[in-house]
Amino acid sequence: MSRIGKIARRTFLFGSVAVAGGVAFGVYAVRKPHDNPLKAKLAAGAATFNPWVLIDSTKITLITPHADKGQGVVSSQAALIAEELDVEFGQFETSFGQPSPAYWNTAMAEEAVPFRATDNGFAAETMRDVMGGVMKLLGFQGTGGSTTIPDSFEKLRRAGAIARETLKLAASQETGVPVEQLTTANGTVLLPDGTALPYTALAATAATLDPVGDVTLRAPDTWRMIGKPMQRLDIVAKSTGTQTYGVDVDLPGMVHATVCTNPRRSALNSFDASAALKMRGITDVVEVTNGLAVLADNTWRAMQAMQAIEFDWAAAPYPPEQDGHWTALEASFTEEARDNTWVDNGDVETALTGDLIEAEYRSPYVAHAPLEPLNAIVLVEDAHVTVWTGHQFPRQLQVEVAKITGHDADQVVLHNQYIGGSFGHRLEFEHVKQAAEIANRRRGTPVKLTYSREEDFLQDFPRHISIGRGRGKIENGQITAIDLQMAAPSVIASQTGRIGLSVPGPDSQIAAGAWNNPYTLPAFRMRAYRAPELAPTSSWRSVGAPGAGFVFDTFLDEMIHAAGADPMAERIRLMDNQIARAVIETVAEMSDWGAPLAPNQGKGVAFVESFGVPVAEVVQVTATDQGIRIDNVWAALDAGTVVDPINYENLVQGGIVFGLGHALNCEITYADGRAEQENYHAHEAMRIHQCPVIEVKALENQSKIRGLGEPPVPPAAPALGNAIFAATGQRIREMPLNRHIDFV
Amino acid sequence: MKFTVNGTEQNVDVEDDMPLLWVLREELGITGPKYGCGIAQCGACTVHLDGVAVRSCQVPASSLDGSAVTTIEGLGTPESLHAVQAAWVQHQVAQCGYCQSGQIMQAASLLETNPAPTDEDIDFVMAGNLCRCGTYPRIRAAIHSAAKALNKG
Ligand code: FES
Ligand code: FES
Repeated sequence: MSRIGKIARRTFLFGSVAVAGGVAFGVYAVRKPHDNPLKAKLAAGAATFNPWVLIDSTKITLITPHADKGQGVVSSQAALIAEELDVEFGQFETSFGQPSPAYWNTAMAEEAVPFRATDNGFAAETMRDVMGGVMKLLGFQGTGGSTTIPDSFEKLRRAGAIARETLKLAASQETGVPVEQLTTANGTVLLPDGTALPYTALAATAATLDPVGDVTLRAPDTWRMIGKPMQRLDIVAKSTGTQTYGVDVDLPGMVHATVCTNPRRSALNSFDASAALKMRGITDVVEVTNGLAVLADNTWRAMQAMQAIEFDWAAAPYPPEQDGHWTALEASFTEEARDNTWVDNGDVETALTGDLIEAEYRSPYVAHAPLEPLNAIVLVEDAHVTVWTGHQFPRQLQVEVAKITGHDADQVVLHNQYIGGSFGHRLEFEHVKQAAEIANRRRGTPVKLTYSREEDFLQDFPRHISIGRGRGKIENGQITAIDLQMAAPSVIASQTGRIGLSVPGPDSQIAAGAWNNPYTLPAFRMRAYRAPELAPTSSWRSVGAPGAGFVFDTFLDEMIHAAGADPMAERIRLMDNQIARAVIETVAEMSDWGAPLAPNQGKGVAFVESFGVPVAEVVQVTATDQGIRIDNVWAALDAGTVVDPINYENLVQGGIVFGLGHALNCEITYADGRAEQENYHAHEAMRIHQCPVIEVKALENQSKIRGLGEPPVPPAAPALGNAIFAATGQRIREMPLNRHIDFV
Repeated sequence: MKFTVNGTEQNVDVEDDMPLLWVLREELGITGPKYGCGIAQCGACTVHLDGVAVRSCQVPASSLDGSAVTTIEGLGTPESLHAVQAAWVQHQVAQCGYCQSGQIMQAASLLETNPAPTDEDIDFVMAGNLCRCGTYPRIRAAIHSAAKALNKG
């Protein structure tokens, strides 16, 4: 059987959903477009050309179905449509739209195949087509895996072009001027005599036409918006306190609630809420799965009353002490637990004889802890359920809510909200399900559930822990072999398990960021081992790559130093992938690698490719009397076409701060079955006084466009560790690094 | 308790220990100040109390009588931006934006007392305001721009 055939029979993982292989579908079903959800409630005289554009006599609405948790994708999605539609920022409204299979994510399918993301060979591309068909049939709508821009880039420009051409056709019908003589600008169709017909005035006629199917996208050199600095649509609201997030939504007659569920992630045995029920403003205490909800007229009162409740919780289903988690990983480096051998090039076994370099690395559980605590409002009525929350999987949210209330999934209406950060937490459903449980008992009353920060930490599904082991051989000053092993629980199994899916295939995230490196080594092997499920975990910004990337790149750095080579020159020498090589050469130049430094200073370089984006970062540190100070970071990356250079730079800087900050001082540890870190003082990450100057350079050599949310994160930690080694001679093999060294 | 918020007189009847943050958000419907941690660790709730930047999650209602509170909504509006807000727009600081009300209120207070802060001054005063999205480089740049604009004006 061909490689593709074999792969198709296995199971595919895409960030967080699994689909059993072998789904049968005809070519017709795959080609047939999903229905346009905007048609369902279309007012008379309003025109919709596709699921992304809606125009009536008063306004233009662009649907931006991907969730915005800070990446600025409402603006980017709108800009892609606007580029072809010829409307300017300020001339349209945006809406997240309703969940619909029409918004299936084309790019998640691309990331799902077991090939390097940058492998554009025949087998990889064919597999992506097959997976695309599966995803489309499932109508899988999701934001994650840095796929928003790859998913949207062509589709949304096409949506804009179709609407534009149809509006021109409408103008031609109304005026008798042939379409070829019409142009568009500023939300109007222009006649040869200069008359401008607003799109809104053409909506009624356009509504009677079939959308023009045959459109040609504009050439990049004619783009008005793409590649130029834009002012994000949300920037004024977010600078004036007027941006509404889910946590700010206020409905008439709303009840406020907070929950406390078992911090040991198990059942509630018993409780005594008698004192809480007597407190001011408390209207009820009700059971939710594994815990309680307090209902009140004010969120603070609900939180106060919660602290007055006595709980007896069942024991944790995982080792109660952190040591037990590490022991489980250490015990997983066995043939029985081997999840996959991702690479086995050259003869590693033969090469690894005599004097070897060996090292072991650890990366801890880390919390998502977005600044907006989890929240959701649910109103259950007989005919439908209405939800107000920010979520990355709108269609699955409908399913999860409907299971609780007994409605059909399409009776669940979602008003998706701007999100105050996610980093993966808003892929989860527990808080929405709890709000639905409460609201289902209070039919007709909107229930607003807000987590306390402590509940947000204690009920997080943190990044998975991992242990990596490296063995390597150096001969004549060169690396001849590297053998890497990673052991971790499967984050994908944990995450998909919560929505009732099981994952029979290997979990690519255990080794992500390590096996797919672009170095050419004489011998390289990468084996992944699956530890048993421990604490429940979930995708954390860049998922597996921050753990495995830390291991691979730090071990490589150790090998290069042992060989007596220069960390930058040697990486460049070993890299023959042109796109990756250009990235690392650029960072060498930006950082003036090799320039003399003070004796207490050091530079470290790291390179990790994740989500199809090669990223190289150089960190410079100074060892001061108070500890390590991070002075500068230089980053070069290639995610293909730059949509908005300002937002691009902001996201890359933010990803680097995120990667450095958590490497610095963050971990979740378990004691007596519960997470020991309950608020930011115990899981601080980076503050402004620790933030280096960060310089970013975007290369555009890749033919495919990629997302930026995650790829800048993974190289930050190894680059920092490598810099600390350069400055101090101390090699740190465990995150958080402040377990071993102080920081300013 | 009687006090003013953004110049408007308010009279609320709440527990002595209800924090100002929750008085603002849920008794008065002023949602610019955000709940992030509740324990003075994140700064998302920062407002000005009698002209001084405070963490509103730590200010009990009992201490409010006769005081004047300014929230981000009172600093400036989309139609009439305060210099700090204008700098925040110019530098496009926000990502998720959830921390930014607090960042801006803290920065405005810094510039009241120190019209030309250095990077070190900025780091010192802004260290209590967490940004999970990592917008610190832009926060620094925006504060310098706002300082320049205010000094010119
Ligand atoms: S909510 Fe007040 S400092 Fe975090
Ligand atoms: S912009 Fe998201 S927390 Fe600061």
